[in-house]
Amino acid sequence: MSLEIDRTKALDLLRQMLRIRRFEEKAAELYSLGKIRGFLHLYIGEEAVAVGAMQAFTQEDALVATYREHGQALLRGTPAGTLMAELYGKANGCARGRGGSMHFFDASRRFYGGMAIVGGGLPVAVGLALADKLQGKTRLTACFFGDGAVAEGEFHESLNLAALWKLPVLFLCENNRYAMGTALARHQAQPDVTLKAQAEGVAAEAVDGMDVLAVEKATKRAAESVRGGNGPYLLEYRTYRFRAHSMYDAELYRTKEEVEQWKQRDPIVIFEGQLREWKCLTSEDLAAMEAAIAAEIAAAVAEAEAGPWEPVEDLTKDVYTSEQF
Amino acid sequence: MTKATYREAVRAGLREALLGDPRVFLMGEDVGRYGGAYACSRGLLEEFGPERIRDTPLSESAFVGAGIGAALGGMRPIVEVMTVNFSLLALDQIVNNAATIRHMSGGQFSVPLVVRMATGGGRQVAAQHSHSLEGWYAHIPGIKVVTPATVTDAKGMLLAALKEPDPVFIFEHAYLYPTEGELDESAMVDLTRAAVRRSGRDVSIVTFGGSLWKALEAADRLAGQNIDAEVLDLRSLRPLDTSTILASVAKTHRAVVVDEGWRTGSFAAEVSAQIMEGGFYDLDGPVARVCSAEVPIPYPKHLEDAALPNVAAIVQAVRQLVKSRG
Repeated sequence: MSLEIDRTKALDLLRQMLRIRRFEEKAAELYSLGKIRGFLHLYIGEEAVAVGAMQAFTQEDALVATYREHGQALLRGTPAGTLMAELYGKANGCARGRGGSMHFFDASRRFYGGMAIVGGGLPVAVGLALADKLQGKTRLTACFFGDGAVAEGEFHESLNLAALWKLPVLFLCENNRYAMGTALARHQAQPDVTLKAQAEGVAAEAVDGMDVLAVEKATKRAAESVRGGNGPYLLEYRTYRFRAHSMYDAELYRTKEEVEQWKQRDPIVIFEGQLREWKCLTSEDLAAMEAAIAAEIAAAVAEAEAGPWEPVEDLTKDVYTSEQF
Repeated sequence: MTKATYREAVRAGLREALLGDPRVFLMGEDVGRYGGAYACSRGLLEEFGPERIRDTPLSESAFVGAGIGAALGGMRPIVEVMTVNFSLLALDQIVNNAATIRHMSGGQFSVPLVVRMATGGGRQVAAQHSHSLEGWYAHIPGIKVVTPATVTDAKGMLLAALKEPDPVFIFEHAYLYPTEGELDESAMVDLTRAAVRRSGRDVSIVTFGGSLWKALEAADRLAGQNIDAEVLDLRSLRPLDTSTILASVAKTHRAVVVDEGWRTGSFAAEVSAQIMEGGFYDLDGPVARVCSAEVPIPYPKHLEDAALPNVAAIVQAVRQLVKSRG
């Protein structure tokens, strides 16, 4: 096998995957220390999906993500400290601490959440794409959701509407095989997500979600099709979540062996191996990368720790845009 | 002042909005080629074209959610949901998204969305097309809930809603569409204040939406019995103009709340509680409520009539209350 991309780009993909993983490992640690509360859904194991996919978008494009969105937000460019502060619930967080882990928002980067109702982001993404179409804008809207969402009516309704109106929306299904604890084949008579999409008139293909380069390539191709005015496109990234669904999950629904098998396909380990094989990664490179990430995350934690709480007097601020209510 | 039906007033409002702002578009079930289930948008497809008058599939959740997305994306969508009963299929988008995004994002996003829907009974369309759930919607912080009862409000509140930066839900009582009234084009229509539709000194009849006309008729009958009723049209359920209610009660010392919702957990209960909290010492008697019977609204006319608030029941409730005056 030979190097398919330039070295700088390759190292950047690895760095981004590592950055997400280390950020979340730190978040899990802080959770057990009681610094972070509520639900915390980790992306660990699925990093190749976000990192590969996000290479296909510009800052003009809109993003709608799920409650497992730490990776997408980091990649979008929201500073790690702002995101960590949000996990803490601090006022310097990306939603003033009001959303926490499940509800990252960043208007300046067209990051529309952080949606924690499974399937609930899809209609919103369709509307964002409709607004673009009506305004003659050529940008696209990318909407992440999990395999659990394909069971929701909103999935089918949204795909149909986007196809019917030929809207520039990219549906990105992160199929980690479990809707919380229920395996796809245990809740869907037709477990092939691409067939469901095709039945709604949406072009679709499945991609190995553990292979960052494959994800990038497929997503760029799909994005190009969407930008070309050909209507929506769905990608099903076949991936796996290494950690529990959230922090309260005894994982009774899957075997340790299954998890171990998937860990053999850890997207970071595999890509690291490829890069070494291609002679574009040395142990020194990796150590330097890890050190820089560790420093960034330490600074992010310090920023979260130092951040203020939103004053209780502001509790009802921004229920409405105008303050007379 | 010109004469217009309620439906013509809604259509005039839609037309004015579409003409006045290129960001405005209308979408919903059968709003285009069919002309609207209640004919409110008849002719608009021909005038404004299919990009701005969009027929949707029967996918309430998707097209209400798409309205939220389009509002976030810089448009001013008007979404028509055929009836309040159908809007239940879009509750996820309404409650979890439209109402939360502003606050949950720390104030980063506004959702300038207008959703119109028909509400209420009285047309013999049975238990899945006749309910009055605007009181439920009024429970939800983050949205505004208005109930235009006059033709001037039917047009004016739509136009006012489009100027709002936040989601506004407009409940149009289905019984009102063919009714005629004076359309005051010059009226300054707001979305927040209750209106005294009939001034009186003996009792305050507090109501909204389709029940306004029943309350006014009851007040006319009561006048013949030497009872001078004041009739208050709430117009907006959220925000609720509590001060106008309390001012009226301070004058009359008695209140009857008329609400087509079911009595238990009704919006009338909220109005009653507001009066208890803010006007208890002004009262000469307990606040009374006239609400729908606690049944799914039945099809046969005699049963439907018995289930909904009616003029006789309002008259009786007022007489009961006023009987005690010394």
